[in-house]
Amino acid sequence: MSLLRISNLGKNFGSLVAVNDVSFNVEPGELHAIIGPNGAGKTTVFNLISGLMAPTAGKIQFEDMDIHDLPPHRRVQAGIARTFQITEIFPELTVTENLRIGVEIAAGYRLRPWLSRGEKANIREQVQKLIERVGLSTKAGRLVGELSHGDQRAVEIGLALSLQPRLLLLDEPTAGMGDQETEDVTLLMQHLHRTEKLTIVLIEHDMPLVFRLAQRITVLAQGEVLAEGTPAEIAANESVQAAYLGKVE
Amino acid sequence: MKRFAILAGVWVLLLLAPYWLPLVGGYMTLGTRVLILGLAAMALNYLLGYTGVLSFGHAAYVGLGAYGAGLTIKYLGFGTLQGIAAGVVLGTVAAVVIGPLIMRLRGIYFAMCTIAFGQVFYFIAFRWHSVTGGDDGLGGWKRLPLHFFGYSLELVQDEVAFYYVALAFFAVAVCAMGLLLNSPLGRMQLSIRENEQRARFLGLPIERHVLLAWVISCLFASLAGALYALLNNFADPRILRWDFSGELVIMAVLGGMRSFWGPLLGAAVYVVLQDYLSSITENWMSFIGLFFVLVVMFFPRGVLGVLKRARS
Repeated sequence: MSLLRISNLGKNFGSLVAVNDVSFNVEPGELHAIIGPNGAGKTTVFNLISGLMAPTAGKIQFEDMDIHDLPPHRRVQAGIARTFQITEIFPELTVTENLRIGVEIAAGYRLRPWLSRGEKANIREQVQKLIERVGLSTKAGRLVGELSHGDQRAVEIGLALSLQPRLLLLDEPTAGMGDQETEDVTLLMQHLHRTEKLTIVLIEHDMPLVFRLAQRITVLAQGEVLAEGTPAEIAANESVQAAYLGKVE
Repeated sequence: MKRFAILAGVWVLLLLAPYWLPLVGGYMTLGTRVLILGLAAMALNYLLGYTGVLSFGHAAYVGLGAYGAGLTIKYLGFGTLQGIAAGVVLGTVAAVVIGPLIMRLRGIYFAMCTIAFGQVFYFIAFRWHSVTGGDDGLGGWKRLPLHFFGYSLELVQDEVAFYYVALAFFAVAVCAMGLLLNSPLGRMQLSIRENEQRARFLGLPIERHVLLAWVISCLFASLAGALYALLNNFADPRILRWDFSGELVIMAVLGGMRSFWGPLLGAAVYVVLQDYLSSITENWMSFIGLFFVLVVMFFPRGVLGVLKRARS
């Protein structure tokens, strides 16, 4: 049983067809990469899955539930968390404060005007673990607006993880990063996937990274699925090479 | 520790105001006015500074609080406390009714709609002369003595006693806001101010949380309004008008909208400047305007923001 089933998904902006007849499934525990040239509709697919936009055609099912009509917060509650191409964080709060907000939402405390001592301690402990998980222990008290780009990305991934999602959507998590930062984020993704068995859908331009991490790859071009398969199949696919990867020696 | 010292300092100053105020050339009703308008500005700032939503129509809820208290005391024979309760209920109910209509709007569109709804109440008070006194305001009533446990507290003659009554309500309201802002509920508001998109994709139903912050903010604004009417023994239609909303925004921004106590300081600066300048010149508003422009240009975080930076 697939965790996420996308069937004949379509999105038009007026006469512009951004996504057309896109179908693919994401299996539990899988790291599924979506690749394709700029303007292929990758981020639009993410926006449709997460509820930022409403599809003009097709269905999205998450664990047997039709989610394409739900507002974003309901999809989050169902277990889908995402990051954005341009990092979305709470800049004037510290790392700890950022993550505490996510942890409190996940605990169902969002409407609570007070917390008991035990509840507070429990939240603090979870936040602490989360900070260690994304490798920000030495920067817990810093304002995230003042952190490096790579650390801000880690905060954003931490926010997504704070929700304890069953599906994590990462939109170009290494965009604009240096080599060391890219490596850090890659190791984090690898850890989440292999050790914590988290299901991840990844949009990424860095091809060596994609082929190192992904189990399945969906290739989009001009809003349509050009190919889908294992990294080996995709690397061998001639239409993908022609349209996107260029000639491989 | 530093935070505790500041808190203690603020409360000692407020508690001892009747004693030190005359020494610096102030008088009691001026102090009470600062306190009450400070509460109104802090209530506005609960929405502006801590949820990131600018209301330009908070005068409406201050005014409804004032008229709610005045009308019930004048026509229904309510006591002082019941009058305050009536004002708070009237303002809060109006916020609950209007809030859902404007929650989907953001930024300038939200601000415009709050002005529009605010002006509706102003014109009702202005036109309905037989009940509200129209442009003359609602007079002909007085705050009544408080009775509790066999004691009776005279408020009409005794401005100091009324200051302490106002301070008691101020303390309850400010503690409630402070506790809320330090709770998960308050942190959700903060997250909306910081990044609405991120908050939405953490699973927050944004509109419902903004609505909640709006209602809480309007509730405390109407409490301030009820106290303000009692201070003057009079409800003035001008505190329903949109320029009074602007004054509240000015107080919040002057004092520093990212600090909890900033708006109280802003109210103090505004009220004292107004009191002092208006005794010298009829054009006092232009001096306050100039002062406001200078603060916004050079100290965008307000007076308290500057003090904070100087200390650190």
